[in-house]
Amino acid sequence: MTKTAFSSLLMAPVNALMRIVDAPLRRLQKATGISGMAAFFLAPNMLIFGIFVLLPLVINFVYSMTGGTAFFLSERSFVGGEQYARLFSCVDYLDPMSCQEDAFWTAVGNTFWFVLLQVSLMILASLVTALILNRDLVARSFWRAVFFFPVLLSPVVVGLIWKWILQRQGLLNYILYQFGAEPYSWLTDRTWTFAATIGVSIWAHMGLYTLILLAGLQAIPKDLYEAAEMDGTRPARVFWRITLPLLAPNLLVVVVLALIKAVQVFDEVYVLTGGGPGTSTLYLTQYIYETGFASALRNPGLAAAASILMGLVLVVLTLLQLGVGRRSENKGKR
Amino acid sequence: MGAAARFILRRKGGPGGRGWHWTDIVTWVWLIGGLVIMFGPAVWLTFSSFKTPAALNEFPPSILPYVTSQATVEGYDKPLQLYDAKMPDGSTRVLAEVRRIGIMAQMVDPKAPGEIIRVNINDRTPVRSVSFATENYTEPFVHFDFLRYLWNSVFVTVVATLITLIVNSMAAFALSKYEFRGRNLAMLIILATLMVPLSVIMVPLYSIISTLGMFNSLWGVILPTVATPTGVFILRQYMLTIPDELIDAARMDKASEWQIYWRIVLPLTAPALAVLAIFSVVWRWNDFLWPLIVLSRRELYTLQVGLSIYSGELNVQWHFILAMTVVTMIPVVLVFIFLQRFITTGIAGTGLK
Repeated sequence: MTKTAFSSLLMAPVNALMRIVDAPLRRLQKATGISGMAAFFLAPNMLIFGIFVLLPLVINFVYSMTGGTAFFLSERSFVGGEQYARLFSCVDYLDPMSCQEDAFWTAVGNTFWFVLLQVSLMILASLVTALILNRDLVARSFWRAVFFFPVLLSPVVVGLIWKWILQRQGLLNYILYQFGAEPYSWLTDRTWTFAATIGVSIWAHMGLYTLILLAGLQAIPKDLYEAAEMDGTRPARVFWRITLPLLAPNLLVVVVLALIKAVQVFDEVYVLTGGGPGTSTLYLTQYIYETGFASALRNPGLAAAASILMGLVLVVLTLLQLGVGRRSENKGKR
Repeated sequence: MGAAARFILRRKGGPGGRGWHWTDIVTWVWLIGGLVIMFGPAVWLTFSSFKTPAALNEFPPSILPYVTSQATVEGYDKPLQLYDAKMPDGSTRVLAEVRRIGIMAQMVDPKAPGEIIRVNINDRTPVRSVSFATENYTEPFVHFDFLRYLWNSVFVTVVATLITLIVNSMAAFALSKYEFRGRNLAMLIILATLMVPLSVIMVPLYSIISTLGMFNSLWGVILPTVATPTGVFILRQYMLTIPDELIDAARMDKASEWQIYWRIVLPLTAPALAVLAIFSVVWRWNDFLWPLIVLSRRELYTLQVGLSIYSGELNVQWHFILAMTVVTMIPVVLVFIFLQRFITTGIAGTGLK
């Protein structure tokens, strides 16, 4: 059987269905005109957006101003700004333990340091990788794929892979053992676990940013480099005067994108450490998840208030990205 | 091997060329290091998944899965461990261990089980052979309802991807081929949803799903994710390149708008649809937080949720977890091997993921 015959056999029922759908839609078109059809095509997507994104967004504010453990709004009592007041009631803002919601401020602090370290180290690693991949390489697409591989893995798989490597009888201890070190339980040490969440999330995501930066590098006109070579410019100067300035728009986009992702860190960390040991890797999304759903003392209102505060940070970052993106687009057009 | 290395390491400048610069060394150290670090962990996990629980507890671990050999010996009920024992005269014999007292092991020759031979435990090493513990892969089907999770994951992935393609392409068609009031507003709303990740709306979204009766239902996992702004953008950008003349010509021929969408625009958008389909499959297969919230009954778990729940238990059965992790990785690895370049060009083109 030829390929086309096979696909036409496969498409036959679909095409029949489409013909059946066509008749009522023709009547609709006659009744509403072409602009009505535009609304028809847009409707399913907008309906889903409306129900599952916009409506929750609005309800979230209502939630954050109600109390109790019930999930249905009709069963919740209005408490005004009490949840926010609770989040912000601290004796000393620099010490999470002095706050009423110490877990929230611990999560905020952890997330802050995570974002700062993860984003800066990851962008540095991605930039170096992109610069290397941009050289005259044999099999460049192969090497590009190598660094992209972990991006496709599910966060759960990423978490488990590294949990397996970092455990006491794991590969890391085995490698260190070859150099004479004693096995160590990395994931029971607060500092090492925190470092592990940063390292693992860099490992899992740097391929994406490498890819975007590499696309930016390849868009830089080659004749600039040829001209620099003719003038005998030193490579370091070429990098600071040509590569970096021309890559700057891409770099900014990538930084903001990485910031947005890092603020929401959850999946792989949750599987790797579960937020522990203690609260050393408790990040914001996990705090919201546990406050809203998982803990015995669940408080959806408090979780909603915390998620709105996180949403505000994300809105600022996204607007920054859109602004940066537009500016770099304009630059490209000039 | 040497020729292959020369081929890979050769500079494009030509044979001989300018010779090696320190940056070439950095490049190759970085690339080879990257190869080991990026693939090594997954390869290590895959090797480990074929080990028996006993082999998994060993330290230092071996790379290949070994099992210690056992033999049934006449006069003993249980199979006995086989060891290579060094004899006082310097020769080595394969002996079976009966019991161990202090640092001395009482052993017998499997061929002549009558005589007990006493051997210092430092003078014997277990007989081991490479063996793949495939039961790690077959038993979870019985123990964990693994087939059920696999089916749930496949169902969610396939259905969500189909709906995503239809719904997003319809919206993209409306936004690229029609002039109507509110088009910019619609674009703005879709753009705005980029700013609203799940972690920000999970509490109210959960209450909406419950109200609609979709809590503990795979539809509750599928529906909130299908209207992706990224998908609408990818498809719209592509549809903008389709000439409007084609559509005008079809209208002259009395084609309905639905036919124009279905028979003209959609087939021409196939490359972009393929990219979105690949993205969607990877996204939905890998989804974790939302299924974790919506699904609380064991028989509804997706692979990702099942894996995380079982790996978080007090008595982690690592041999099963590792095998299930490898199975969970397979579709994504297939996508990586065969479709990776579509994804990379898709990301490089749009900067979205």
